[in-house]
Amino acid sequence: MGIVATLKQKLFRWQSDGTAPLRLGQRRIFIVPSRGGLLYALALIVMLIGAINYNLALGHALVFLLAGLGIVGMIHTFRNLHGLIVTPGRSGPVFAGETAHFELTLDNDRPTPRLGLELEAESGNPVFATVNRKKSTKLNIPVSSKSRGWLTLPRVRLSTRYPLGLYTAWAYLQPAMRCLVYPQPIAAPLPVSSPTPVGGERSGDGGQEDFAGFRDRQPADSPRHVAWKASARNASGPLLIKQFAGGAQVELMLDWQLTDAALADETRIGILTGWVLAADAADAHYGLRLPGADIPTGSGERHRQLCLEALALCQP
Amino acid sequence: MSTPAREALDRHATPWLFATALATTAPHFVHQPPWLGAVAGALLLWAVWLWWKDQRLPGRWILIPLVGAGSAGILLEFHTLFGRDAGVGMLVIFMTMKLLELKSRRDATVIVTLGYFLLLTHYLYSQSIPTGLWLLATMWLVTATLIRLHGGPSSRPRDTLRHAGLLCLQAIPFMLVLFLLFPRISGPLWGLPSDAFTGKTGLSDSMSPGSIAQLVQNGDIAFRVRFDGPLPPRQKLYWRGPVLEQFDGMTWHRHKGRQPATQLESLSPPIGYESTLEAHNQRWLLALDAPVALPPETVLNGTLTAIHSKPVHERQRFRLTSSLDYRFNPSEDPLVLRRNLALPASSNPQSRALAAQWRAGNAPEAIIAKALALFAADFTYTLQPPLLGVHGIDDFLFQTKRGFCEHYAAAFVVLMRGAGIPARVVGGYQGGEFNPLDGYLVVRQSDAHAWAEVWLDGQGWRRVDPTAAVSPNRIETGIADALAFGEPLPMLIQIRADWIRTLRYRWEAINNAWNQSILGYDPKRQRELLARLGLPDADWRSLAITLGSTCGLLVAGLMGWALYKRPERDPVIRLWHQALRHLARRKVDCAPWETPLDLARRVREQRPELAEAFQRVVDAYLVARYGNTDKHLKILRDAVALLRQ
Repeated sequence: MGIVATLKQKLFRWQSDGTAPLRLGQRRIFIVPSRGGLLYALALIVMLIGAINYNLALGHALVFLLAGLGIVGMIHTFRNLHGLIVTPGRSGPVFAGETAHFELTLDNDRPTPRLGLELEAESGNPVFATVNRKKSTKLNIPVSSKSRGWLTLPRVRLSTRYPLGLYTAWAYLQPAMRCLVYPQPIAAPLPVSSPTPVGGERSGDGGQEDFAGFRDRQPADSPRHVAWKASARNASGPLLIKQFAGGAQVELMLDWQLTDAALADETRIGILTGWVLAADAADAHYGLRLPGADIPTGSGERHRQLCLEALALCQP
Repeated sequence: MSTPAREALDRHATPWLFATALATTAPHFVHQPPWLGAVAGALLLWAVWLWWKDQRLPGRWILIPLVGAGSAGILLEFHTLFGRDAGVGMLVIFMTMKLLELKSRRDATVIVTLGYFLLLTHYLYSQSIPTGLWLLATMWLVTATLIRLHGGPSSRPRDTLRHAGLLCLQAIPFMLVLFLLFPRISGPLWGLPSDAFTGKTGLSDSMSPGSIAQLVQNGDIAFRVRFDGPLPPRQKLYWRGPVLEQFDGMTWHRHKGRQPATQLESLSPPIGYESTLEAHNQRWLLALDAPVALPPETVLNGTLTAIHSKPVHERQRFRLTSSLDYRFNPSEDPLVLRRNLALPASSNPQSRALAAQWRAGNAPEAIIAKALALFAADFTYTLQPPLLGVHGIDDFLFQTKRGFCEHYAAAFVVLMRGAGIPARVVGGYQGGEFNPLDGYLVVRQSDAHAWAEVWLDGQGWRRVDPTAAVSPNRIETGIADALAFGEPLPMLIQIRADWIRTLRYRWEAINNAWNQSILGYDPKRQRELLARLGLPDADWRSLAITLGSTCGLLVAGLMGWALYKRPERDPVIRLWHQALRHLARRKVDCAPWETPLDLARRVREQRPELAEAFQRVVDAYLVARYGNTDKHLKILRDAVALLRQ
């Protein structure tokens, strides 16, 4: 971090605002003239010289009115932020390299709208917002994720130049928000599955390898296994389920040890992530064994999340 | 170059910019050459058309030649790119051109800033009340445009205009404070361009037949006078301007050379007055005949004209003192007398013959009486005299016999000179109109007048007004009564209906107040005001402190307004609190944790007589609070009212 950035941090306090709704007070709001404001000031000086030179009384009045407008504009720009309530919301997990979105809610309890708001967590990626009178607006602050693990929302710069554009008022927000970043998956073939012997009562009828016929659907059967075409032919009867025989239920244990130990840790995690995604796509039963974490086999959305979380937070 | 999102200009903001460009440039088309107005209008229409059709704006290779062509046109028209008119022309061209280059919000900001700048340039031409009001409205529009640019597409026009109005209103206190307290410097800071003061009317330093008749058709105000004492009689109100001594047979000119010293003896008590002279770009002031005390930087020249050190380029106030009866140069320099006897040798033989005939054996007074009697006999006073030939005075005296004051003054002076009496023409104004509303005497261009002055041995220069012999009304009541109906006088002074005259008086009194207190607010008035505020001899430092602290107070007040949070105004809750206060007065306090229903139960135990009324309040409150507020508010209000009884 450069000296300027360090100074900026020292100058504009950097401490978490927690998760509670936050009302912007006057001590949080900074204001400086914008480039448009400097142009305006320059124009006023030239106009004042003109008014003096030609001895124009109304010219003086106009310049002074515009100067007054400049002062009033500063207060209105400040007021556009003052009293705004910022409430942190949710943020869904993303894979490393994708853009994370942090949800913030802006509340305006004033009977006038607040226009021209701009929120920016990363430079060059602003979000524009307006909050109507006595209304609230939800918006998502984009932050690009780079590496796996917890991504905390960086300091958000909430700024405005409304109404006259002569000043920029801004406030730094630091709501305690974080988003889990899953490792970036690396596509790799699934490891050779070791058909694990499972309980005798399941062998032969629960497999998913070779087609063996139909049976009536039980409530516990996944809709995925319904043979829709066959069921349609037999319209009056119950839904039919494809029966498979022969193969045992494939159980995958995605083990840290199965990856090439010569590779870097992050690459190994990436490969494991790719495996988890592939196994999930293949609807397999899979488990995950990592240094410091051991997830028994399972399947489904929740299981996938569990595995990805473990991978995101894994400390090899 | 692509435009970043924050600088993008939304399509519906553009009409605001068109309106700004039109409102800030349109009034200039009156003073600019017609071709410039046509070009600016065409550019504006082109920009609107492109916007309407949603087409691409022209590229640089079209705009740059266009700017070049516009500048070349201005250069050809004015022979410069700077100066007042050329500068304004350039600004108008830039403004309309910029509309064709409107890509980002930054371009739009340039248009708005240019618009504010153009507002100022209008004051170079007029600072009247209507101009001020029109420009205030335009400023409101330009500010609304600026707000619209930064508010984005979600702002509605009505809200934008309201917000702009609020900002302008809040800026007005700052304007007042700055206007009164900002240290004033009397300009100019450097030389002004030569066209800075064109287009002013007034007397000139020469007179030929028809020149004053033309001036009289102008209803503009020449100057305003406020007398310290009562208004002198009307027929004495001769406002002396340039004295014309040289005659070439057609035109009278002022003598430019050195003038010997004057001996002026006042024969009546001095009359003090303050004259507010409109700009006429000449150095002479118009003083009541004859001035005895003059303002600073002003001297009396040899022909009794008050001469200021600088031409009067803008409205200016002068304090003067005059004597209505005076004796002026009873012993005159022979050189001056010879100059005032000279007549071009070959012109007007008939007039000179007549004068020579009078000269024999007549005293000067008798000759003057003869000339005035000649005019009184069968001459007509008119603004539309017939054209005169080479021997203008002869034609007038012996053939047409119709003329305006300059004809009479000129003919009279020629006759006097022919008869051996030194005489000259005096230009100025006669009379004026007293406005009873503000006590000012208003003298207009239509009061322009020319009269004669003769030198009599032992008496000095004496005023003789031959017009008075032809048309006594001109001097007694004014020009409108002296002329026949149908003469081309300004409408303003012809209409004599009382209510219109009252309206006119009122309007002119307002204008005069505007001129005196706002346009005439100069460093001197500022010092006077500060002395009255308890800051005598204020230097820039104490001014800065006063200014700073007043502005600081204003900012603090505005900040208070900005930070003030209005209390919750939910009517349902307010009514509920009203009911609770009422219960408290009856010794039933509501605990903070108590629900309305619990409270109702407790009221039934403690205060059975209130129970029914309060239950109704509770029911209505619950419905209004958790149901449809609007519909049940009235029921709740009624229930609370019932509880209070």
